[in-house]
Amino acid sequence: MDKQPIIIVENLVKKFGSFVANDNLTFEVERGEIFGFLGANGAGKTTAIKILCGLSSPTSGIVKVAGFDVYRETNKIKQNIGYMSQKFSLYENLTVMENIRFYAGIYGLTKKIIDERMEELLTDLNIRELKDTLIASLPLGWKQKLAFSIAIFHKPKIVFLDEPTGGVDPIARRQFWDMIYDAAHAGITVFVTTHYMDEAEYCDRVSIMVDGRIEALDTPAALKKKFDAINMDAVFLKLARKNVGSL
Amino acid sequence: MNSPSIRVESVSKSYGKLKAVNNISLTVEKGELYGLIGPDGAGKTTLFRMLTSLLIPDSGKGEVEGLDIVKDYKNLRKILGYMPGRFSLYHDLTVEENLQFFATIFGTTIKDNYDLIRDIYVQIEPFKNRRAGKLSGGMKQKLALSCALIHKPVVLFLDEPTTGVDAVSRKEFWEMLKSLQKKGITIMVSTPYMDEAALCDHVALIQKGKILSIDTPDKIKSQYRFLLTRIRTDNMYRLPNDLSLFPGSESAYRFGDSVHLASKEKIDEGNLTSYLEKSGHHRIEMEKIEPDIEDCFMAFLRNET
Repeated sequence: MDKQPIIIVENLVKKFGSFVANDNLTFEVERGEIFGFLGANGAGKTTAIKILCGLSSPTSGIVKVAGFDVYRETNKIKQNIGYMSQKFSLYENLTVMENIRFYAGIYGLTKKIIDERMEELLTDLNIRELKDTLIASLPLGWKQKLAFSIAIFHKPKIVFLDEPTGGVDPIARRQFWDMIYDAAHAGITVFVTTHYMDEAEYCDRVSIMVDGRIEALDTPAALKKKFDAINMDAVFLKLARKNVGSL
Repeated sequence: MNSPSIRVESVSKSYGKLKAVNNISLTVEKGELYGLIGPDGAGKTTLFRMLTSLLIPDSGKGEVEGLDIVKDYKNLRKILGYMPGRFSLYHDLTVEENLQFFATIFGTTIKDNYDLIRDIYVQIEPFKNRRAGKLSGGMKQKLALSCALIHKPVVLFLDEPTTGVDAVSRKEFWEMLKSLQKKGITIMVSTPYMDEAALCDHVALIQKGKILSIDTPDKIKSQYRFLLTRIRTDNMYRLPNDLSLFPGSESAYRFGDSVHLASKEKIDEGNLTSYLEKSGHHRIEMEKIEPDIEDCFMAFLRNET
């Protein structure tokens, strides 16, 4: 049972009226994997992610996340996942500590556990002196790192990251990926979307969506070989370019 | 000697205690494609807002096409095009209605300057009756650019036009900018994407309100003062940390499928290989490389801290 993939998707279809946003997606994500979910704008990534997070139902197909069924057990899914996006992460008008307490509380952690993990977090991120600082006062790079730490505070099985490093400086971006690596090493599966193609190289496997379908799914090395490309940017351009203008 | 299109002299702007733009000076020549490169919070948007007469500097002076950015704001607004950071158009108007709106407020028509926007607009024209809010990111960009060009501006300011947009649309967008440049428009673009810097004539690297460097991309790269080695092993997870502990290592950062090791002195490859093998790495590959803009930017950042 433990060897089962952490995400199972079989023939996932999602329609909005006659528009097919997700057209027969089939893929699996292994435990502890760093899985890159790429695609052009409008390709259907956000639709699929919402379904995986239990926020939306498929039109048809099988979808299981952390062993729970996406039609009937969405609450169990939500309790077992973490989520962080560029657009929404922390409450700007609350302090670092208040945000930690708030999110940890939502996931039902006890005060004892919250206090223990909070100590670890403040030390690991070296932000002890900032614990009573409002999020609005923190630079973006710090916010992102803190948001990620909070997204995995309840030690979920999977964490979904939606363009987590947009606009962040190049050093902070890499520090962020060091944190992602550490989390994956500790057994948390990471499902990440990004527009930075160098970040696609940090993933164990990458899938590329075009017009609602998965056009490629493999390790970065295999994809570069298959498409005769020197880097993931070139792979992406080869796959996505011919379909630009369809939306 | 032609006078520059944009001239900024010791401009500063604070929000309360935060100095968002700290004594910035720069010059943009007519017809240049000029990149303002830096992460979020660097001061790019604040600088743009001052240059487009939307914010008044606390100190310093600026001129765009000879017009003072504070005193001549009315005339300035007629000759510049501006595409702000977030999608700024009307979500509930259609593509065509948005374009019509901007043409009208600038006292022109879509037909008058259609030639200028044709190459861009044809890509979204099939959707001209679709509400702007329903467009994909790449399409919104094209529409916003069309609206910024509809009155035939002399200078175009684009604030992070490619943020949040996929790699294909980004590439296409820069191709469009290059074509616009050929039509004689001075273009100032801000971006957090280091690879886009390489496409500019001149680049100003900016961080925390201050300029780190201004030059052509090639000169910035040639002034990089470290030696760079590109390394891959079978354990990319631990490689950056292990390399940072190697004697002589200035910095070791991930770059896609490898790590860039910067050093002041030449690295002895034999020594480095044995060191890595002792740390448990196999299938070690290394080669000397030239820096790209991102390597240079990161060296400036490290210098600042």
